[in-house]
Amino acid sequence: MYSLSASYGASIVLQDVNFKVNENDFIGVIGPNGGGKTTLLKVILGLLKPAKGKIVFNNDLLNGNSIGYLPQMSTGDINYPVTVTDIILSGLMMRKGVISMMSSSDKVKARKVIDELGLSGMAQSTLNELSGGQIQRVFLGRAIIGNPKLLLLDEPGNFVDTTFENDFYEKLRDLNKRMAILMVSHDVGTISSHIKSFACVNRSLHYHPSPEITNEDLLAYGCPIQLVTHGEVPHTVLKYHK
Amino acid sequence: METNIFQYEFIIKGLLGAIFASITAGLAGTYVVSKRMVFLSGGITHASFGGIGIGYFIGINPVVGAAVFGILSALGVEYLSVKQKIREDSAIGILWAFGMAIGIIFIYLTPGYTPNLMSYLFGSILTVTQADIMALGVMSVILILYFGIFYRTILYISFDEVFARTYSSYVDIFKYITTSLIALTIVLNIRMAGVVLVISLLTIPPNIAMLFTKVYFKIVLWSVLAGFVGTATGYAISYFAGIPVGATIIFTLVIIWVIAKGIVHLATKISVLT
Repeated sequence: MYSLSASYGASIVLQDVNFKVNENDFIGVIGPNGGGKTTLLKVILGLLKPAKGKIVFNNDLLNGNSIGYLPQMSTGDINYPVTVTDIILSGLMMRKGVISMMSSSDKVKARKVIDELGLSGMAQSTLNELSGGQIQRVFLGRAIIGNPKLLLLDEPGNFVDTTFENDFYEKLRDLNKRMAILMVSHDVGTISSHIKSFACVNRSLHYHPSPEITNEDLLAYGCPIQLVTHGEVPHTVLKYHK
Repeated sequence: METNIFQYEFIIKGLLGAIFASITAGLAGTYVVSKRMVFLSGGITHASFGGIGIGYFIGINPVVGAAVFGILSALGVEYLSVKQKIREDSAIGILWAFGMAIGIIFIYLTPGYTPNLMSYLFGSILTVTQADIMALGVMSVILILYFGIFYRTILYISFDEVFARTYSSYVDIFKYITTSLIALTIVLNIRMAGVVLVISLLTIPPNIAMLFTKVYFKIVLWSVLAGFVGTATGYAISYFAGIPVGATIIFTLVIIWVIAKGIVHLATKISVLT
């Protein structure tokens, strides 16, 4: 369904990355800080043009319509005067032009997402009135309102409120039935019990002028770090990683 | 008879000035306050004084000089902080003082008639021309159309630029246009409130509005209303008391803000008690 082949950059952060995401995949993308995880997301999102290679979606070049994106917490200002409903509606902006009016069917969609994520009663609230877990669900709502085929999560563990954590991952499991999920994290422990497979992204050395990426594929291809989980109780295998 | 016509003109000028100033300042101010660009706006204001000085020196309309300086300094701050890796607040601080210095030097160098510096620093309705009012009127229309047509795009870019970049390639264009329009708004309002005071015209009304609502477009509407009440009242007081108009407007706005805050505070106390 989805295949990526990309390498990019003046100083190469990702080199010859090749992998494929299938429908209903739930992939954890791990690797050390600076290893290229965020770069990978940026390339998939189209924020960075790959220097070489391309991203293909259903045999077409990728466009943003099919992707939902949950960025790290830090990107939006929680004191900004914008309501939960309006934030969630902004997830539809990639389908709209710059002159965008939200139709009543858009608002129905927003209401559905709000109910689905347990945010009823907070539709007109601003983010500074919500808890950390609720804020995260608002941003998740923004990512899924367009009903994407692929959901990208950037370090959700960073701002998840532990009380809402299980809740959140349960929601993701639900969503996984209708969309593939790619979740970036450096927190191997937390996500290991929720995902179906792993991809590892790393560059070899910090000060190496042309660092390289070893992102081999999922299970079958044998990643340097390989972590396999199945069923309720996860089996975790962490091999030596240089 | 002559006095009456003069007074009539004076009132019309003040009323139209108040309407247009509150519309432009309300729209630009809500953006500035929401996006925490108050310091940047202060920098733009003071940098534009350089344009006023050069305008006098080479004999063009000082407002045109100020507009050029205002827009260039707004874009300059963006450039310096993004491309040259200079801290944004430092870049603002440098342009702020540099603009003032240029303004003072060139006004000093201007031969013959020395313009009334005070009217630019603190505003003076007496020096506001019909052309100034018309410019503010045109600016009001431009801002209403711009924010009206691109409301969601502007709102979402300003709220979460990183996310906006994932779906739009127009983020930078909109940022530059919006910042330029804000610089223009500030410059055109300098005639009313002066270089030193104009920033309050943008920041106080949204802060009054935010006491009552947290929805962006409602903040704009309340800001315009609060701005109009403050500007018109300040104008009237300054007329009857014979004190400088810019200072009186800002003073009035702050009083409104304090009263509004007091009312909201009392209302929450009462609602807690009952």
